[in-house]
Amino acid sequence: MSTPVATQSPPTPSSPDGPVRVERSLGARVLGRPEIGAFAAAVVIFVFFFVIAPPFRTPEALSTILYSASTIGIVALGVALLMIGGEFDLSSGVAVTTSALASAMLSYQLSLNVWVGVIVSLVISLAIGALNGWLLVKTKLPSFLITLSTFFVLQGVNLGVTKLVTGTVATTNINQLDGFASARTIFAGDIPLGFMTLKASVIWWLVFVAVATWILLRTRTGNWIFAVGGNQDSARAVGVPVAKVKIGLFMGVAFMAWFLGQHLLMNFSTVQAGLGVGNELIYIVAAVVGGALLTGGFGSAIGAAIGAFIFGMTTQGIVYAGWDPNWFKTFLGVMLLLAVLVNLYIKNSASKRK
Amino acid sequence: MTDTIAEHASHDLTAGTPLVAMSGVGKTYGAIRALEGVDLTVRAGEVTCVLGDNGAGKSTLIKIMSGLHPHSEGTLTVDGGEVRFGSPRESLDRGIATVYQDLAVVSLMEVWRNFFLGSELRRGNFPLAPLDIGKMREIADAELKKMGIHVKDINQPIGTLSGGQRQCVAIARAVYFGARVLILDEPTAALGVKQSGVVLKYTAAARDAGLGVVFITHNPHHAYMVGDHFIILKLGRRVLDRTRAEVSLEELTAEMAGGQELAELSHELQR
Ligand SMILES: Nc1ncnc2c1ncn2[C@@H]1O[C@H](COP(=O)(O)OP(=O)(O)OP(=O)(O)O)[C@@H](O)[C@H]1O
Ligand SMILES: [Mg+2]
Repeated sequence: MSTPVATQSPPTPSSPDGPVRVERSLGARVLGRPEIGAFAAAVVIFVFFFVIAPPFRTPEALSTILYSASTIGIVALGVALLMIGGEFDLSSGVAVTTSALASAMLSYQLSLNVWVGVIVSLVISLAIGALNGWLLVKTKLPSFLITLSTFFVLQGVNLGVTKLVTGTVATTNINQLDGFASARTIFAGDIPLGFMTLKASVIWWLVFVAVATWILLRTRTGNWIFAVGGNQDSARAVGVPVAKVKIGLFMGVAFMAWFLGQHLLMNFSTVQAGLGVGNELIYIVAAVVGGALLTGGFGSAIGAAIGAFIFGMTTQGIVYAGWDPNWFKTFLGVMLLLAVLVNLYIKNSASKRK
Repeated sequence: MTDTIAEHASHDLTAGTPLVAMSGVGKTYGAIRALEGVDLTVRAGEVTCVLGDNGAGKSTLIKIMSGLHPHSEGTLTVDGGEVRFGSPRESLDRGIATVYQDLAVVSLMEVWRNFFLGSELRRGNFPLAPLDIGKMREIADAELKKMGIHVKDINQPIGTLSGGQRQCVAIARAVYFGARVLILDEPTAALGVKQSGVVLKYTAAARDAGLGVVFITHNPHHAYMVGDHFIILKLGRRVLDRTRAEVSLEELTAEMAGGQELAELSHELQR
């Protein structure tokens, strides 16, 4: 028997007695989207501030809100993908500062072109991300513990190295160096739109969100991200390279942190070494508010963007309404709790048998 | 589906050729010895049945073949060459597909994404090449229909299917991707009579298409319907190894139940 023997087909049940296939209704599919809760919340918050705070209604305010949202949303996007893949990163906030410090000090101390610092800091950032991922797959410890260690290590290194090199806790201004102007245009330029001026970071953010959405929903890599977060053992059993995906996701967060770090550096031409502590939680909250499940396997890039937009609106909205900005943290806590409850509800109704 | 099997079967299969061979294979999980000195040969065009009680080591045995974990002693030979699989991918790439007892599906992902998980169809071979979603949906839907499974919507999360339906998706997937060896770990455990019948037919069809089949079950009746070769494991050791000609269903059932033990049990249960 060198060729497959033709075999008789088992009697396929004739289609009439099988239930008719139906597409789930549009409503059911929309309600099953991860970002639906965040979208509703964003609309409510927007209307709220629009009504109570007149300055909120101007195009300039929108530009400020978008800028503020982009500074959260860029890293929150990487964090959201990582969370869909089932892991956490507590080092993302300080990693932003590490990237900016590395870039600034390298360029300034060695009197190099700013772009050299930009490229070298990218390599350093990706290495930190890869190290996080590698430690995770090697030790099989929870990512919470591994990235908490990285968080402390980087926090110390940021301050320690900066003090050793500059003698202060901030880097020297780099705006006189070669290449600064072009780097500033790319990372932190102003884009006039006529009725308002947008920061380059906003455009980059939207581009990153589009790319991430494409990756998640339309590529094999995206399929694998959902699979390793949803059930890592099953994913491995059917041939998904789980370790590579996880390391890649940590490097994704590192890339986003690098980008934001360069933006901050080019925007202010100097960095404070203590910056970034606490932001890792804001990124996580933005991702969760946007529908990413804490346990992995569910979430979206657009959701994380909406989450960041909500925080952009609120930080600015509180100011425009003339309130004490300290209330922002309270708002953050309430949003997180609500989001977790909504996500739980959506996940249950989307995935349980009806 | 049987035509699917023939279509996807590797064309160099000759009945009787050993595809996978194990010799003196053992496996320890830390201090637990799950498998010891097992010899087994999976031949093309034959169904090898592995029977045994819970915890006998059946799943451990097939996980070694499917690359889920490496063996700790003995040798594993695939197509004549010694191997030690480092990951399930390596085993899949050799044409060995497995239906795991715990099914290996991701509940929150759509049925069609689960069907193709790990073996996605893409429009191109570059990084981030787009998936061929339309084609994957079509194939998954068609393959499930051939099994007599009508899911309401191929886009629904697989967690919303019944246990038996999920089992059928896992089987359809393995049949679709298994080109040389098909491993089924208790495929009929969660199924009704009709679906069990379909699975047994596929098992026979895979055998007739020249595949080597490993069929794991608790049910000697199911095993005897399709099996060519029977192996019984007990506490990780092989206690019986017979061809179909050498053993009757009664003997198999008695062996499975531990003969003497069954007599004692029926005595104990007498009222
Ligand atoms: N990952 C593991 N770690 C430790 N021990 C394990 C592991 N997997 C299996 N074992 C042990 O190995 C032995 C054999 O398990 P195995 O799953 O192979 O049994 P089985 O024959 O498939 O049983 P069942 O019929 O219940 O599926 C059991 O004693 C089990 O506790
Ligand atoms: Mg088992």
